[in-house]
Amino acid sequence: MSKSAQRASAVDRPESFQLKGGLFPMTLLELKSADLKAIKLELMEKVTQSPAFFQRSPLVFGVEQLTDAEQESLDLEGLCVICRELTLLPTATRGANARLLNESGRLGLAILPRSKGKQSELTAEAPPAPEAVAAAKTEASPPTRIITTPIRSGQQIYARGGDLVVMASVSAGAEVLADGNIHIYGALRGRALAGVQGDENARIFCSSQEAELVAVAGQFMVDEVLRTNHWKDAVQIYLAGGRIQITPLPKHN
Amino acid sequence: MAKIIVVTSGKGGVGKTTTSSAISTGLALRGHKTAVIDFDIGLRNLDLIMNCERRVVYDFVNVINGEATLKQALIKDKRCENLFILPASQTRDKDALTKEGVEQVLNELKELGFEYVICDSPAGIEHGAFMALYFADEAVVVANPEVSSVRDSDRILGILQSKSRKAELGENVTEHLLITRYDPERVARGEMLGVADVEEILATKLLGVIPECQSVLKASNQGVPVIHDTESRAGKAYADAVARLTGEQVEHRFLTPEHKSLFQRLFRRSA
Repeated sequence: MSKSAQRASAVDRPESFQLKGGLFPMTLLELKSADLKAIKLELMEKVTQSPAFFQRSPLVFGVEQLTDAEQESLDLEGLCVICRELTLLPTATRGANARLLNESGRLGLAILPRSKGKQSELTAEAPPAPEAVAAAKTEASPPTRIITTPIRSGQQIYARGGDLVVMASVSAGAEVLADGNIHIYGALRGRALAGVQGDENARIFCSSQEAELVAVAGQFMVDEVLRTNHWKDAVQIYLAGGRIQITPLPKHN
Repeated sequence: MAKIIVVTSGKGGVGKTTTSSAISTGLALRGHKTAVIDFDIGLRNLDLIMNCERRVVYDFVNVINGEATLKQALIKDKRCENLFILPASQTRDKDALTKEGVEQVLNELKELGFEYVICDSPAGIEHGAFMALYFADEAVVVANPEVSSVRDSDRILGILQSKSRKAELGENVTEHLLITRYDPERVARGEMLGVADVEEILATKLLGVIPECQSVLKASNQGVPVIHDTESRAGKAYADAVARLTGEQVEHRFLTPEHKSLFQRLFRRSA
């Protein structure tokens, strides 16, 4: 093998790392105003409501809905400072105009293409970076988290941006959360919260309903009610008319 | 290659030290060179149960701090030659244990040719318990057949599989469930959780069931590990558990109420 070929193969397959495409859910802050004071006030309220969720969570600024004048006047650096104070991590901007593109570059933020559908309105922007392409794919197939071991008392598992599948039991005192559905192929003895970001179509499925608490999109039901509602049955739990419903899974003989 | 086995439970008073002394003695009686370490710094009990409290000169913390060598601190058991005890310090607290210190002692024990190292964990999920379980290859989780004990055992199993060194390396700590103070009659009356209930809740392989037995308290007070009492039900059950721990297939005993003779029943009724 020639020297140059050797070098080429070393670059193809580096030993010190492996380069992979990853799909990661991120929170989008879709701006409707360039007024930092108002943003700060309302964002602070949101963060105090569920601090655990926002803790060091990567954040994308969406600026597409701002008018041209607002885009020109938006203080991106100030916005970054506010977000960091609230433990959020500004990571990228989406749909920026020429000035905000420059600002993003200066602040070390990635640049994502504007969302589909609006692409045609304004064209001739910077070509999407590879990360941006990867991020766009996320929306098509949200990641599913699969856990094969029992979830023990005191443990908390959160499937951010997708479904959670547990191939064992969830113990009393344990908590499972997902932005999407939760499937438990075992007994649910702890707490299960589906659609924690507000997805009212999320459902919980389990082989034996012995839960302490179940919730879908913020609507919850607690132990006392659960005990009289298909206790120890294989059930699905979902929202209908804004209320939690528990129905047995179809039996096949 | 030494196997490090932690005896743990989360909850206090369920029989960790009794189990540590019985299992380490049982392994030694089977010819395996075994060390048992008391991790309950500040509340040392193992030496009492093993009847060697008067022979404690140096302890675990002295070894970690380099104030004594491991050989000086290890106490040879008087009843079986393959068994050595490393006592806890009574005057220090659990912060005296460091990961590096514990690892060094365990490595030295391996070099000395020990086949089994039994770590007797303190109750709770704080530093002392964490130190006892961190280096474990296997865990004997002791639970009483009652809800709070089972819940705590569940918690400690979660910690084992997420915080131990094996978990950090992406491996599994082998789990063994040992149910102690089991009373089949009370289970039959519905006053106590049954073996099947506990097994189902904890989803862990059953190592053994130790029946509630007068011999345990007697053994503790006399400083003779109960496994030496080969006539007692608890002694027999511990011997079975040790056999299973070394890979033997042994049928579980003492799971159902004993059949009482007519005379015993009459006597009980009149009493």
